[in-house]
Amino acid sequence: MRPINPKALFSLAAVGVLALAACGEAPDEEPETDAEADENGESPEVPEDVDFTACLVSDEGGWDDQSFNESAYVGLQNAVEDFDIDFNTAESSSEADFGPNVDAMVQQGCDLTFGVGYMLEDAIDEAALANEDLSFGLIDSTLPSEPENGKALVFNTAEAAYLAGYVAAATSETGVVATFGGIQIPTVTVFMDGFADGVDRYNDDNGADVQLLGWDKETQNGSFSGDFSDQNAGRTLTEQFLAQDADIVMPVAGPVGLGAAAAIEDHGDSLMIWVDTDGYESTDYGDIILTSVMKQIPQAVYDTVEESVAGEFSSEPYIGDLENDGVGLAPFHDYEDEVSDEVKEKIDELIEEIVSGETEVVSDNAP
Amino acid sequence: MSDQKKTPRNNDDAAEPGGALKQAESRLQYALRDLAQSSWMITVLSIVVALVVGALLILATNPQVQATLGYFFARPADFFATSFEVIRDAYSALFRGAVYDWQAATPQRAIRPITETLVNAVPLILAGLGIAIGFRSGMLNIGGQGQIILGATCAAFIGYAFALPLGLHLLLALMGGVLGGAIWGGIAGVLKAKTGANEVIVTIMLNNIALYFLAWLLRQQWFVQTGSNQPIATPVEDSARLFGLLGTGFRLHAGIFIAIAATVFVWWLLERSTLGFEMRAIGENPEAARTAGVNVPKATALVLIIGGALCGLGGAAHLLGTEYRLAAGIAGTLGFDAITVALLGRSRPLGTFLAGLLFGGLRAGGVLMQAQTGTPIDIVLVLQSVIVLLIAAPPLVRAIFFLPSTERKKKPRRRQKPVQEAVR
Repeated sequence: MRPINPKALFSLAAVGVLALAACGEAPDEEPETDAEADENGESPEVPEDVDFTACLVSDEGGWDDQSFNESAYVGLQNAVEDFDIDFNTAESSSEADFGPNVDAMVQQGCDLTFGVGYMLEDAIDEAALANEDLSFGLIDSTLPSEPENGKALVFNTAEAAYLAGYVAAATSETGVVATFGGIQIPTVTVFMDGFADGVDRYNDDNGADVQLLGWDKETQNGSFSGDFSDQNAGRTLTEQFLAQDADIVMPVAGPVGLGAAAAIEDHGDSLMIWVDTDGYESTDYGDIILTSVMKQIPQAVYDTVEESVAGEFSSEPYIGDLENDGVGLAPFHDYEDEVSDEVKEKIDELIEEIVSGETEVVSDNAP
Repeated sequence: MSDQKKTPRNNDDAAEPGGALKQAESRLQYALRDLAQSSWMITVLSIVVALVVGALLILATNPQVQATLGYFFARPADFFATSFEVIRDAYSALFRGAVYDWQAATPQRAIRPITETLVNAVPLILAGLGIAIGFRSGMLNIGGQGQIILGATCAAFIGYAFALPLGLHLLLALMGGVLGGAIWGGIAGVLKAKTGANEVIVTIMLNNIALYFLAWLLRQQWFVQTGSNQPIATPVEDSARLFGLLGTGFRLHAGIFIAIAATVFVWWLLERSTLGFEMRAIGENPEAARTAGVNVPKATALVLIIGGALCGLGGAAHLLGTEYRLAAGIAGTLGFDAITVALLGRSRPLGTFLAGLLFGGLRAGGVLMQAQTGTPIDIVLVLQSVIVLLIAAPPLVRAIFFLPSTERKKKPRRRQKPVQEAVR
């Protein structure tokens, strides 16, 4: 028999798709011209259009990394909607793209350009020095030459992770908890430092001996999956922790944490602590997430854009901590009843202590 | 053709029945067929197909186009008009970002794109040449990535850890890059020469070792010398940087001369030197080469050492010319892009050079395309991949463009066989 002509198959499929999809009605007479009229100020009753462009350059993770790139993107989108400003974004596919991407944003007339991640430190710094009339922001790192028009947005996540460490130690039934990171960089290990201190605090206060696997704050050595994409590595690491009796795991590795979640779900008797966003809402694993260590990147980006639009941009670094709600512990959601009131009260006490400075969460990796 | 078949031993077309007209006609056919079958024609057509595929993807992902598709039957003109605009904007931005930007605010910005293309092309060309040498010698060097990392690492360390006079410092840093790459390629080369280890597997493994070795180095204070915990090394000293050629506002650096020189060197090596002849000989047929007196293990090791050295030089030029600071992702995807560059260039030095320029241009143009039209930069990756895919499958390109197949070309060759026998 003659084989089916692929061309015929293709056309058949194309016709089918078209017939199904293309039956909608055409929009009324060119609505775009109306919008343009607004922009040209011909309809005075419409609020004045703000002439401001905010821009964002990602690092290698891209906007769909379920971690800080995505958070920054969300913050920008919120600001764009609320302030009716223009925006522009560029995704970087490798380190060599950082400079050109930031340069492209400047050329596109961006009034405020954010770089996401410490990797863009140099690119943003250079652009800030070269374009004094424009503003720049850098998320997760400080700018080396501290230019007048550059603002660092950093987060002392150790404080929130401290609370998570305390809760984990208090909730653990086996007396073993674990954490691991994606790559050993300060923005990751700062979580792990805080978590380790939180566990220690619980042990000191209660004379307990909860063990922490995966991170040693003293020697700064621990378990890392190697990147922020290989979910299987996260799964393998987590399975090892579970085999060593750990029943609460905190992965600090962006999407790699999903691999950890899969392992924990299979195991059945264990829980996880998510990071960056409230994992109960951002992932499909809400039923195994005890709590999340949140880093309010969207809010920080939003606030910075708001200041800039109002003409109040300042180069003073934004440091997110418990005091200004830049970092925090997410609600317990499904585990609201499992965590005892005693522990909840203690967490509130710890927050007060940290905010008042009575307890200092020290980390070499903190900003 | 059938006439010719009947007289297989006759190699002289003029003596055939049919006269001058038929002869001219067949000459024209041959010429057209040669044109269609020549490798560069396939290359050009592959690029055309890739652009078409890219255009379809741009359309498929563009929200404006999707909106017009919803009422396609009510007003089809909208769909075509929008599609045309979207593709025109995307590809004109790609071109303006890679060659000449006629919309730029200043003349300086207008000519900057072509210099950016050259900047991107430098490491691609150098590493592509390193890979091409392997291909010509019958070896698949997949280790460009590791060799680039080692080259960049050595160049960077020499670049910031020592204070040396201008000129000497740069020279030493470049030499360090060459040495680093050569050692990394050499490990695979010596293993293959001594033990027959498969170079594909060894070089892939060495890529991973290089990556984690660099990650480890970047956590050592004696190495990074920054006083911070960030895994980025100190920037290289000014004296070790490849100097800029066009002043501020441009990133073009002297590395482009290194790339040109390396292209000439590789051409000379492969086409004019004894060593190059030996390398190509082991690529064609190692047994025959051995019989002919070629020291096969030595030539095998040298292929990967020289290939590694070129990749290392590419890494060094990338670091000393554009990046200045060593970080874990210094090699990006250069090592793998270099393989596609060598494939596209058909492992010829000039071809590799031009392929490097094309891919450098796509990278440079992709930035503007993304910034201005919101087209994802991944489209550039699709273009590169489709080009290489098609080049690896010439029959596919011929089928797409209804070009004559190579089948007929083979027949005349068969026809010549008896002639050779007769000569004997």
